[in-house]
Amino acid sequence: MDVHDHPTTAERDPGAALFVRGLVKTFGSFTAVAGIDVDVPRGQVFGFLGPNGSGKTTTIRMLTGSIAPTAGEAFVLGEDVIRHPERVRARIGYMSQKFSLFEDLTVAENLRFYAQIHGLGRDEFAERRAWILHMAGLQGREDELARNLSVGWRQRLSLGTATIHSPELIFLDEPTSGVDPVARRQFWELLYELAEQGITLFVTTHYMDEATHCNRLAFVYGGKLIAQGTPTELRDSFGPGATLEDVFVGLEEQSRLRGDDR
Amino acid sequence: MTDDPGLAIRGLTKSFGEIEAVAGVELDVPRGAVFGLLGPDGAGKSTLIRMLATVLVPDAGDAEIFGLSAAHSPDRLTPRIGYMSQRFSMYPDLSVAENLEFFARIRGVPKPRRRERAPELLESMGMAPFAKRQARLLSGGMKQKLMLASTLMHDPDLLLLDEPTTGVDPVSRREFWRILADIHAEGRTVLVATPYMDEAERCTHVGFMDAGRITHSGTPQELKDAIPGTLLEVIAPDPRAVLAALRDQPGISGAHLLGNTVRVLVARRLADEAPPPGSAVIPDTVRDLLPANAEIRPVEMDMESVFSHLAEEAAA
Repeated sequence: MDVHDHPTTAERDPGAALFVRGLVKTFGSFTAVAGIDVDVPRGQVFGFLGPNGSGKTTTIRMLTGSIAPTAGEAFVLGEDVIRHPERVRARIGYMSQKFSLFEDLTVAENLRFYAQIHGLGRDEFAERRAWILHMAGLQGREDELARNLSVGWRQRLSLGTATIHSPELIFLDEPTSGVDPVARRQFWELLYELAEQGITLFVTTHYMDEATHCNRLAFVYGGKLIAQGTPTELRDSFGPGATLEDVFVGLEEQSRLRGDDR
Repeated sequence: MTDDPGLAIRGLTKSFGEIEAVAGVELDVPRGAVFGLLGPDGAGKSTLIRMLATVLVPDAGDAEIFGLSAAHSPDRLTPRIGYMSQRFSMYPDLSVAENLEFFARIRGVPKPRRRERAPELLESMGMAPFAKRQARLLSGGMKQKLMLASTLMHDPDLLLLDEPTTGVDPVSRREFWRILADIHAEGRTVLVATPYMDEAERCTHVGFMDAGRITHSGTPQELKDAIPGTLLEVIAPDPRAVLAALRDQPGISGAHLLGNTVRVLVARRLADEAPPPGSAVIPDTVRDLLPANAEIRPVEMDMESVFSHLAEEAAA
């Protein structure tokens, strides 16, 4: 992939949350991500959809600076994540499918641990801690062990630890898998609150009702981006009455028939 | 569906230390049903399933399954049960076919039957081309199908599935339920725990579990009919603002987003009243909270509203 194919300096909005061109990642002979372009303006809830194994998590790991791309370029909050992953990491949050909580630590200790990692000062930590406990509805549970919390609470605490350092952009990789419908809805209300504060959210989900609530969606298949648009645009492109689930199923079928599998 | 007893669960109880995970479950599941086990996280669904699967011994009570006691004759019951846990429990380094062979041998399935059953199952699940692939290299949806196939090798009469489609994409989920429909058509009984309310809609029967007890059970329609009130659909430019305006208002027992629409459960059962000609079926209390250009119409009750209602009722 030749980066000069893309006149990046001319078209790149320095204020964008994400500017990604030709992103590629191969593992040996396997191409996990096969050249993805993504633009995400600030303050959006961006849904990143696709079947299991389509390259979503690998893409997120590149955008969070955890692994280096094989080719392409990626600017996160205006920073080149390939050259300066540490600069990016200080400004983003990440919540994975497996909540990264310490089971044997209390709610408060989990928060303190992540605050220390990010080097928060005492006052700043106190302020963030109060805000997170309030946001997650965890007041009064500060001394409970993480492992004793129900899945819904753990999930909100996990979001809390991911936001302790006031990130401007949060990556959420299937944050609601296996969570009951009421807890799932409460979690999305928290996400909207964050979005209203101007925080950009990059979310993967298999729940199409959640996808409907994103400002914009991108579908990946076989490591390639095969469609993107607002939920309404994507539904309309599939004809009257189509649901997002119809779009998802339809796009996957089209791609499979075209032979986009790796 | 016949009136054959499938599962008759009486006073089934299990504690872990001080926590009573299952607290005297009473439940009947007709033979041949696809029974959806619903409930908030931590309600005790997995513990209940593990007792039915005879992998966990109850502290009290019993489950009679096809006339056999889970507590007293687990050895006679196990051969008739297929249990799929939440975690991927196949050997990652064995191929798809090898995993099926291994688990069927443990189950004592005779060799000629194994030879016949494995290809048949793989074929019916669209997995025949992947028979030689290592299990660890399968996608999420394929792994779930492999686990399902493995639980079917010994032709069980009852399948116990603990959130089999969690983390699975919509296409694979749809495919999984197509396979469950075939299993149902073969006359097997299926008990499936699920957090997906669209899956609950596809069950012949459902039960709602909370704090270790089954608080409601019946057909999806029966549970819907038992919810007091009427569900309205509101279409407006800013659904989230509509939702915020409706929340916690008197006369409104619940509201949630569905796609771009807002679904509002109003406490009054509107269907009982003859709607005057024109429109005016919508109470003014609701109408007044909405933007003038909002479209409102009554819709059929959905399982999402049922779940929220029962969860709130349980919390109160």
